[in-house]
Amino acid sequence: MEVQQFHYDNKIVQKFLYATMLWGVVGMVVGLLLAFMFLFPNLTDGISWLSFGRLRPLHTNAVIFAFVGNAIFAGVYYSLQRLLKARMFSDALSTINFWGWQLIIVAAAITLPLGITTSKEYAELEWPIDIAIALIWVVFGWNMIGTILKRRQRHLYVAVWFYLATFVTVAVLHIFNSLELPVAALKSYSVYAGVQDALVQWWYGHNAVAFFLTTPFLGLMYYFVPKAANRPVYSYRLSIVHFWSLIFIYIWAGPHHLLYSALPDWAQNLGVVFSVMLIAPSWGGMINGLLTLRGVWDKVRSDATLKFMVVAITGYGMATFEGPMLSLKNVNAIAHFSDWVIAHVHVGALAWNGFLTFGMIYYLVPKMWKTTLYSKGLANLHFWIGTLGIILYALPMYVAGFTQALMWKEFNPDGTLVYGNFLETVQQIIPMYWMRAIGGTLFIVGMLIMVYNVVVTIRKGSAVEDELVEAAALTKVTGRRTAGETFHTWLERRPVQLTILATVAILIGGVVQIVPTLLVKSNIPTITSVKPYTPLELEGRDLYIREGCVGCHSQMIRPFRSEVERYGEYAKAGEFVYDHPFLWGSKRTGPDLLRVGGKYSDNWHLNHMYDPQSTSAGSIMPAYQWLVRNKHDRSQVEAKMNAMVSLGVPYTDEDITNAQQSMAEQALQIEKNLYSDPEFVSSYEADKTYAKENGLEFVEMRDREIVSLIAYLQRLGTDIKVKDNDGLLSENK
Amino acid sequence: MENIDGIATYPMISLLIFFVFFTLLFWWVFTASKSHIKEMGELPLDNDNDQPLNRKL
Repeated sequence: MEVQQFHYDNKIVQKFLYATMLWGVVGMVVGLLLAFMFLFPNLTDGISWLSFGRLRPLHTNAVIFAFVGNAIFAGVYYSLQRLLKARMFSDALSTINFWGWQLIIVAAAITLPLGITTSKEYAELEWPIDIAIALIWVVFGWNMIGTILKRRQRHLYVAVWFYLATFVTVAVLHIFNSLELPVAALKSYSVYAGVQDALVQWWYGHNAVAFFLTTPFLGLMYYFVPKAANRPVYSYRLSIVHFWSLIFIYIWAGPHHLLYSALPDWAQNLGVVFSVMLIAPSWGGMINGLLTLRGVWDKVRSDATLKFMVVAITGYGMATFEGPMLSLKNVNAIAHFSDWVIAHVHVGALAWNGFLTFGMIYYLVPKMWKTTLYSKGLANLHFWIGTLGIILYALPMYVAGFTQALMWKEFNPDGTLVYGNFLETVQQIIPMYWMRAIGGTLFIVGMLIMVYNVVVTIRKGSAVEDELVEAAALTKVTGRRTAGETFHTWLERRPVQLTILATVAILIGGVVQIVPTLLVKSNIPTITSVKPYTPLELEGRDLYIREGCVGCHSQMIRPFRSEVERYGEYAKAGEFVYDHPFLWGSKRTGPDLLRVGGKYSDNWHLNHMYDPQSTSAGSIMPAYQWLVRNKHDRSQVEAKMNAMVSLGVPYTDEDITNAQQSMAEQALQIEKNLYSDPEFVSSYEADKTYAKENGLEFVEMRDREIVSLIAYLQRLGTDIKVKDNDGLLSENK
Repeated sequence: MENIDGIATYPMISLLIFFVFFTLLFWWVFTASKSHIKEMGELPLDNDNDQPLNRKL
């Protein structure tokens, strides 16, 4: 047998390791800043690009795609070469993958604080960046499949299947969820509206968790846990069952994010059933990971890598037990929109993704730099401080979630809400927000200790960028099954067929859910009184999107007595048919806004945006003073309306031609309404006089951003308040 | 949903896909040979491949 010599590419792994640590610190520091903004809402007072609504997507994107994303690439580029006994297919593709991904992250870090966002969770980036993501992802897949094709190891280990499924599914999810119609260089509208947009978004959102945060990390678990423990995985048979059942079932579970919403019931129930089933493969995987350590638990005491991995796998088990529970409708009724969900995702992110990444870093850095870890003591300190951080983060958030949700639902004997003022429920959980901030701080301190430990380790080591190894060349075997070879054994050496079957497995669930909702019209009953937004309201809605209001305010009243009492009539599917994108939200840090229209005066909204604490004592909403000062650029409204027409919104040519005039009239009316408040008149007129006397440019109130936003807010939910309309709620009541 | 022709067959088809999928999966898994499973499980530990030559010499 011919023995070949070749080099593993360690340099690319090293680069991704550096990026993982850098973006990990950045993403988590932004998260910590956000945690402190719950306690000091005006911490970044007046700086629009550091406001809560704009930073929240930056935090989620940085942690998911920058920290976890780079960790995936580091782990895959390391383990894939060794599992296949081959250097990566192309150094050029590896380099493009690395720098392309970093550029995308930088683009995200610039555009999100500027308010350039689609507002769809974990898919906030605008269309040019979406295209770049698709291209770089294809480069990654191309490089991976190329390596698989020139491998020297005949059969593909289960970790490689997880990597393949990750590549295929993330590509499918990203492309379908990002279908949007560009209006300008950095502005687009989702091609889906309302309920359909929600279904596609949470099919994506749920499976981004499945195929970006879970399957690649399971691949890493199946490689690094056996490596660190120096023994094979507990049951390879179980890992086969784990892989196929996980990818087959996971893809169906997305609608559990939309329980009790206006999504059709059949889709909700389908999501529940599959979510409950999901516990079987998830726990199969967890048990397989933990039992790999049977007989070597003593190693866990001394080995930093194993310590982190044990907590990571335990965190995975906790989060995947909780997931199916949260999908039960009665549990979801309490947990949804509350801090319980924040606790849930952070058990996943901090323990499963965070700790598995840390374990991998402690394993790889000494290997990559041919040395030993600088300090085991510091690694242990990181482990304990990090674990404590997770507990201090998660537990208070569970308490906060329960407390607030139960307060939202509590009634007096006379049928009124006990806590009719939303702010009372917020004030109650402020101590929990304090503890969360402390827990988060501990976690970051632990991470900084790791960075220090790693930097010193690297300094005393020497990088081996191209590692010389040898392996026998792969002899050709027939593509057909050989004698005595079972189907799966054959499949394990046929990467293309394996990828195709995995793709089929993930497509079945997506097709069953998405296609009927998109094609069957009766799933979305129409309501005749629901009309498209006026041009000014449409512009106001874009401001709502820009400022990330959806991060804290839902627009989805569930059909519960407590919610109808607090917010008004529950949401109907037909109300959202012109909403490109949907803005239902997933968290209620503040109250629901679906029926806020007409609830307060225009002046109240202006004062509230300028200084939320003046209208609502004890509010933790930050001020949005720039909205009140800035002139609003409404020059693109015709292009926006044309785009909406292409998406099926019935604006007439006349509507579009008269858009500027219509906006001027509606804005003037709001300005007039504002004049009804003497306090507003005196301060506004004083500003005007001051500007005149000093020769400064003065922006009329009607031309400012706040007026458009008020127009939108006052419109919200009013279409079906017209109770005498005959066609009201034609089918959906 | 009631308006779709033959809607009742959809759940049956889904159940069938499910049943067939998992039956085949378990059949493959349990008929796989012991030696092959052992070999696959030990793949990551194949130390000949990840010990650099310059160290071994």
